[in-house]
Amino acid sequence: MSELIIIAIGSALVSNVVLSQFLGLCPFLGVSKKVETAAGMGTAVIFVITLASLVCSVIYEFLLQPLNITYLQTIVFILLIAALVQFVEMFLKKYMPPLYESLGVYLPLITTNCAVLGVALTNVQKTYGILKSVVNGFSTALGFTISIIILAGIREKMEHNDVPAPFRGMPIVLVTAGLMAIAFCGFSGLL
Amino acid sequence: MNSGKERLINGIIKENPTFVLMLGMCPTLAVTTSAINGLGMGLTTTVVLALSNVFISLLRNIIPDKVRIPAFIVIIASFVTMLELLLEGFLPSLYAALGIYIPLIVVNCIILGRAEAYASKNPVFSSFFDGLGMGLGFSIALTCIGAVRELLGAGDLFGFHIMPTADHPWMFGGKEIAFFTPASIFVLAPGAFFVLACLTAIQNKVKLEGEKKGKDMSKIGSGCSEDCMNCGEEGCGKRRFYDTEAGEGPVGKKEEQKTEQKNIEKQKIAEQQKKAEEKEKVKEREEENNE
Repeated sequence: MSELIIIAIGSALVSNVVLSQFLGLCPFLGVSKKVETAAGMGTAVIFVITLASLVCSVIYEFLLQPLNITYLQTIVFILLIAALVQFVEMFLKKYMPPLYESLGVYLPLITTNCAVLGVALTNVQKTYGILKSVVNGFSTALGFTISIIILAGIREKMEHNDVPAPFRGMPIVLVTAGLMAIAFCGFSGLL
Repeated sequence: MNSGKERLINGIIKENPTFVLMLGMCPTLAVTTSAINGLGMGLTTTVVLALSNVFISLLRNIIPDKVRIPAFIVIIASFVTMLELLLEGFLPSLYAALGIYIPLIVVNCIILGRAEAYASKNPVFSSFFDGLGMGLGFSIALTCIGAVRELLGAGDLFGFHIMPTADHPWMFGGKEIAFFTPASIFVLAPGAFFVLACLTAIQNKVKLEGEKKGKDMSKIGSGCSEDCMNCGEEGCGKRRFYDTEAGEGPVGKKEEQKTEQKNIEKQKIAEQQKKAEEKEKVKEREEENNE
């Protein structure tokens, strides 16, 4: 149990997926204009990454390892993830329209998001079992959600600030992200 | 031969994926802790990009339009796996330094973006040079960013001591000169964001000044806008695994239809947003009235 908690804190805060590993940077910068959309994106990411790490680790454990074809992991995982996202989208559209309306817009943006594949590969690299993989996936995605919501909050406040012309738009967001990364460096003493 | 040269120059200068288009930001930030890492990542990506462009271009009349994305992904992932195994075998130090970012080349938007935008519509020869040019442009950019970060953060360049730090001072006639203190934050994660922020600020400056002079600057920063939700860029976001809207035929023949559909979609999204905003305004007013 304590091991699971350490994994969770480690991947959510200490080595935050965006701020220290730079995975999933595109949606982090691109969908963080408003807190509302950021929260929607975060929820969708939690949903997809948890599901993807479950499916990927099951396939790895029961298909790739017994057949001795673990070197195919990258190809298998990326296809699994892309197919999974498409399937989830269709499933939600058909059976859970309210959930589809709130998450559906974000799903195509996640299809080839590097964070999803990154988590699946880290799980394999660190030889996590199925349970640990799911915990790692969920907490990594939680870390993503935390940081994207904080960034969106800061961006909303910053909207009417007087920023020097060349720094308007992307550069000032990157500076903000850099300052957040410094703050998150503080968590490294936690474990 | 002319078109090959033109593609090379296009990739390295006119449409440089990092400095001009702003594509593939994840590896750009993650592996540029030193110039040599940046170069290694850039060259690995170049090989994958050139080979996958050639293969996709060869198969462009066979792959059905509906399943083109999975087909492209399989081709790219195969080359990445091959390169990963080769690096593990022959360059273990680089393999260890780049770590998980090697398999993540699969999801680099430059590669799928070039496959969709260029290789699936053009002959093999120019596709190869397009991939090569884009890859070299990416390598040069990563090496430059890596060099800046290494120089500021450690005082080194390609692993050699350059700046006069306390450990490695310059000697002038028996005197030690050591005025440079490395700011190690530039090698850490936050430094990557700051360096990229300065880079995009310079881009913006160039863009603003170019626009003042009336030049066409639309290419700068076009690869990654700030707004993923309304961006129709083929390189990263709105890609479907199984494209239900595409025709049955081979890739690239129904481009015009697709762009039309995309425009219509964009309009729809914009309209929806407007409606939502209006609703919010109405709500706010109602609330104010209630108060």
